[in-house]
Amino acid sequence: MTHGGGGRAMTELIKDLFHRHLKNPILDQGHDAAVFDAPPGRLVMSTDAHVISPLFFPGGDIGALSVHGTLNDIAMAGAKPLSLTASFILEEGFPLADLERIVMSMARTAREAGVPVVSGDTKVVEKGKGDGVFITTAGVGVLPEGVTISPAAAKPGQAVLLSGTIGDHGVAILSKRENLEFETELRSDSAALHGLVADMIAAVPGIAVLRDPTRGGLATALNEIAHASGAGVLLQEEAIPVAPDVEGACELLGLDPLYVANEGKLVCICEAADAGRLLEVMRSHPLGRQAARIGEIVEDPDHMVIMQTAFGGARVVDWLSGEQLPRIC
Amino acid sequence: MTQTGNLIAAKTIRITGLVQGVGFRPFIWRLARETGVTGHVLNDGAGVQIEIHGRPDSLSQFVWRLRPEQPVLARIDRVKVRDAECDVHPDDFRILESREGGVQTGVVPDAATCPDCLAEINDPCDRRYRYAFTNCTHCGPRLSILRHIPYDRASTSMAVFDMCPACRAEYENPADRRFHAQPTACPDCGPRLWFEGAEGGETEGDPITVAAGWLRQGKILAVKGLGGFQIAVDAANEEAVAELRRRKHRPAKPLALMARDLDQIRKHALVCDAEAALLQRAAAPIVLLEKAGCPLADSVAGPFDRLGVMLPNTPLHHLLMAELDGPIVLTSGNLSDNPQETDNAAARRQLASIVDGFLMHDREIVNRLDDSVVRLDELGLLMQRRARGYAPASIRLANVFQDAPKVLAMGGELKATFCLLNGQDAILSQHIGDLENAPTFADYKRLLTLYLDLYEFRPEVIAIDAHPQYLSSRYGEELAREFGAKLVKVQHHHAHLASVMAERQIPPQGIDYGIILDGLGWGADGTIWGGEILKGSYAAFERVGHFQPVPLPGGAAAIREPWRNLVAHLRAAFGTSYREHLDGTGLSEALSGKNTGMLEQMMERGVNAPLSSSAGRLFDAVAAALGISFDRQSFEGEAGMRLEALARPFMDEEMAYPLDIAGGEPLRLCFAPLWRALLTDLRKGVSPGRISARFHLGLVEGVVGILLRVDAKTGDAVMLSGGVLQNALLRERLPDKLRRERFKTITHWTVPANDGGLALGQAAIAAVQCGHPAEWRHLPAPS
Ligand SMILES: [Fe+3]
Ligand SMILES: [Mg+2]
Ligand SMILES: [Zn+2]
Ligand SMILES: [Zn+2]
Repeated sequence: MTHGGGGRAMTELIKDLFHRHLKNPILDQGHDAAVFDAPPGRLVMSTDAHVISPLFFPGGDIGALSVHGTLNDIAMAGAKPLSLTASFILEEGFPLADLERIVMSMARTAREAGVPVVSGDTKVVEKGKGDGVFITTAGVGVLPEGVTISPAAAKPGQAVLLSGTIGDHGVAILSKRENLEFETELRSDSAALHGLVADMIAAVPGIAVLRDPTRGGLATALNEIAHASGAGVLLQEEAIPVAPDVEGACELLGLDPLYVANEGKLVCICEAADAGRLLEVMRSHPLGRQAARIGEIVEDPDHMVIMQTAFGGARVVDWLSGEQLPRIC
Repeated sequence: MTQTGNLIAAKTIRITGLVQGVGFRPFIWRLARETGVTGHVLNDGAGVQIEIHGRPDSLSQFVWRLRPEQPVLARIDRVKVRDAECDVHPDDFRILESREGGVQTGVVPDAATCPDCLAEINDPCDRRYRYAFTNCTHCGPRLSILRHIPYDRASTSMAVFDMCPACRAEYENPADRRFHAQPTACPDCGPRLWFEGAEGGETEGDPITVAAGWLRQGKILAVKGLGGFQIAVDAANEEAVAELRRRKHRPAKPLALMARDLDQIRKHALVCDAEAALLQRAAAPIVLLEKAGCPLADSVAGPFDRLGVMLPNTPLHHLLMAELDGPIVLTSGNLSDNPQETDNAAARRQLASIVDGFLMHDREIVNRLDDSVVRLDELGLLMQRRARGYAPASIRLANVFQDAPKVLAMGGELKATFCLLNGQDAILSQHIGDLENAPTFADYKRLLTLYLDLYEFRPEVIAIDAHPQYLSSRYGEELAREFGAKLVKVQHHHAHLASVMAERQIPPQGIDYGIILDGLGWGADGTIWGGEILKGSYAAFERVGHFQPVPLPGGAAAIREPWRNLVAHLRAAFGTSYREHLDGTGLSEALSGKNTGMLEQMMERGVNAPLSSSAGRLFDAVAAALGISFDRQSFEGEAGMRLEALARPFMDEEMAYPLDIAGGEPLRLCFAPLWRALLTDLRKGVSPGRISARFHLGLVEGVVGILLRVDAKTGDAVMLSGGVLQNALLRERLPDKLRRERFKTITHWTVPANDGGLALGQAAIAAVQCGHPAEWRHLPAPS
C-alpha cells in the first residue's frame, strides 16, 4: 500500500474491499452519510478508538474487537444497538491481505450481532506515523422504555453480578504479544453483549448499573461505580470466577486478575431481590453461563472497593494508575 | 498571706514532656512539702505550670530535685525556670484545677502493672485482691482507653464506670498514689471480668481459674488484653500449639510467649541483666531472647533460634499466669491479615473459628495497640515493632527543629505508622499494620484523625512516600487538599536515612552517609530500589552506590516466592546460559518443578519484571539456593530470618564471599563472584549455615567496600537503616567493619529500622525542605 501519487488507486481499492465485505442496503446507498429511519424512544450513541497489539490474537482480532467495543458501550447503557460506523487509519505499507482479514472479521462480527456498518472512512498515513492500523467505530442504539441505567445508581443493599470469568482477554493479548508459551492457548473473551443485556432487561427492567470491565479490569470498573455512586463495594474473593488456565497464567506472571482487561464480560448491579432471577437469565445465555453473584453494594463514605478473602481477611482493591507495581517493602 | 520578707523569693516553673496522667502534680505537691516551699501547681495544654515561694535554698533544692525524683512514667523534656515578682506569698501549696490551652503535652503510653498495684492484687486483705483492673498513676491503661483530650476520666472508656466513694477518696487525695489516676477502679465500681465459651454464655466460677483450667487442658482461648484481643495456648503443649497454627492459618511465623516471671523465662531462654531490665520496664515489650534450656512446643519458634517473650503487663495477665505452671503462647487475636480485634462482639464473631473460649471484660479498648517487639544487642535497643508501652511518647529531634513547620508524615504501606512533627517533638504513631488490609486501613485513618485531634494538630505540610500506589500516599494527597497543606513526596530510602538521623538528633547542617538495606521502595529514577548507599542529609541525597539491579519476575509474586529471585540472580550473574553452572549443585533438580522457561521469557521481554536493587530479594535468592523457603515464604522476611538463624553459629569462623564493585556513578555492588563461590560450596556439600555466614560476611565487606571507593573520609558518620537491618548479624558486623575502617556508625534505637520508622524520616525531610533557614535546603558542595 502506498501513499501520495498512487494513493488514489489504493483508496479506491480499499473502498471496494469494504463495500464487498460489509455490504448492506444503507452502506450501498453510496452517500458519505448514512440515512435511516429513527425508531421511537431515546437514542444512545458511543464511539471507541481501537489500538491493539497484536492485531490478531486467539479469540479475536482488531476487527471483531472494534465492533464488540462499541456494541458493548451501547449495551451498557441498556440500549439495543442499531448501526455502526467505522473509520480506519492505515500505515503506509500495511499488508492488504491483513486488512482484508480484518475487514472480513468485522463484517462477520457485525452480521452475527445483527448490526450493520452503515458508513466508513479510511486515511493512509506515512510509514512510521501509525502502528499498522487504528480503527475507530461509532454506534447508535435505542433505549427501551423505562430503562435508566447509570453507574451513579448503585445503592447500598444491591447485589453485584458478574457475567463470567475475568482476565481472559488481557492475559491472551499479553501472552500473544510477548510470545509467552503457556501449556494451553489462552483465548480472548471478546464478544458482543447486547443480546445478553436484552434478555436481562426483559427479565428485570429495573437494573441499576451495567458496566463492561475492559481496561483496568473488574477492579477499575467497580471503583468507577463506587466513585460515581458514593457507595462502597464488598466483594467475595471465592465467588469471582477465574478460568483455571487464566489463574495459572496470572500466578506465574504475577498479575492480579482483578486488574486484567476483559472484552466480553459485564458487571450488573441490581436489587438483591432480583439477583436470583437475573442470574438465572444470565446463566441461560451462552455469554453468561458462568455468571455469579460476587458481592454487594455497601454503605461507605470513603466509597472503597473491598474484597473479603478466603481466610476471612479483607483487602482494599484500589484504583490502579498505570501498571501493577509491587507495593510491598 | 504573709508579707514579703527579704529572704522569700518566688519562681515560676514551666515543665513540658510526658507530665500529665502520671502522678506529676502529687509528686510536685510532696516535693513542695518536703522542701518547704509554698505556691501551686496546675496542668494546662502545654504541660505543668508551677509557682513556688520560699527561701532561695529551698527553691533551688526544689528545682534541683525535679528531674531525679520525677514519677516513673513521667518524662521531663524541658524545665523553664523564671524569677517571679510577687509581693504576696501564699501560706501553703495547692493543686489547682486544670487550665485549657494549646496542646504540647504528650500523651503517655500504657504502662505495665506497678509493684504497689501487684502487691494489692496479691493481698487477700486488700479491697483489690484479685481485681484484674487495678492500676494507679504509676501504671495502667492510657492511650488504649483515650478518646480525646484533655486526659481525664470523661475522655476515656472509663467514663461509663462511676467511681465508688472509696475510689473517689483515693482519686481526690493528693497524698494517694491514685490521685487523679483516671482509670482508678475497684471490684465495686470498675470493669468486670468473665469467661465465656465459644458458644456464648458466661461460665460459672472465677473466670481466671476457669481460663487457667482450660489452658491446662490444651484449649485455645481469646484473652482481652490491654490494647486488643490475644490468643492464648499452653506453650508446652505441641498438639495445642500446632492446632492454633492450623486454625489461624499461620504455618511458620514465630509465636510470642508470656511467662510468669524471669525465673520462668530463664528455663527456656538466656536472659542477660539488660534484657531482664527491659522485660521489667513499664513498657513490658516482647523481647527476643536466645533459646536455651528446656524446650517448649517445637512449633512455637520452629526453625528460629529466638523466642519472643514478655512478662505480664496487666493484673489480668498476672493473675492468669500465677495459676499456670509454665509460659503460654500469647499471639495477636486476629483472623488472617486483619488487625487484632478490640471489640467484644466483633471478637466473638471473628475469632469463633480459632478459639474455644473467651476471657472477656467490659472496659472498652478505644485504640488498638499491638505488643511491642524489641531486641537488645551490643549497640543497644533495637525496636522491631513499636506500639504498646512506647507510642505515642514523642521522639525529640535536634534543637534546630524547634521552628519547623507542622508536618504530618503518612508513612509507608506495610508496617504503616504516621508521624506528627510538632517543632522538636515527633509523635510517631503505634504500629498499625499493612494498609492493603481494609480494616487496618480504616484503623489507620481513624487513628490519624484521633491524633490530629489529641494534639490539636493542623498540618502545614504533608509528607508522603513517592510510590504512586501506596494507599497512605493517596490518602495524604487527599488530606493535603483538605487542609490546604503543602505536599512533599519523599523517596523511600531517603526517608529511611533521615529516620535514623532524626532519631539520633543529627542536625541538618552536615552531610553523612547511609547504608540502607531494604526490601523494595520506589526509586528516584522510577525503578525499584532496596540496597542503597546514600550520601546526604534531610534536605537532599545522592545515590553513591547500590546493589546491582536484578529483575523481579512477577513483581509482587517475587516477594512471595523466593525461587523467582534465585532464577533472576543466577541469570544476572551468569547470563542466559546460567543452567550450565548448576551441575552438581542440586539446583537444576530443585528448579525442575518450576516454570523457569516462562520466568526467563518474562525477564527477556520485560513482562512484569521490573528491575530492582533490593537487598531483601538477594536474601530470598540465597535462601532459595539453600532450599529455604524455596517455593513460598509464609510471612514477610521469613527467608531472611531463617538465613540469619542458620548463619549465627558460624559467623566467627567463616570467611566472606567475594563481591565485585563496578565503577561509574553510582557504584554498583555485583554478585556474580558471590554466586560462583556459593555454587562451588553447594557442589562441595558445604553446610547451609556456613554458606549463609559467608554470604552475610560478604555483604558486610561489599557495602563497606563501596564507602571506601567514594569520597567518604575517616570519621564520617554512617547511618544504618532499612528493613534488612533488623537482621542481627548485619547490625553487629557492619559497625565492626565500619569501625575498623574508621567510620562512625549510627543506628536506630527506639524507632524501627523497617518501614515502621519511615514516617519519622519523611517528617524530618519535609520539615527541612519546607522550613527555615534556607541554608538547610541545599546540599552543601563536598568540601
Ligand atoms: Fe523500606
Ligand atoms: Mg467508548
Ligand atoms: Zn500501679
Ligand atoms: Zn471503686
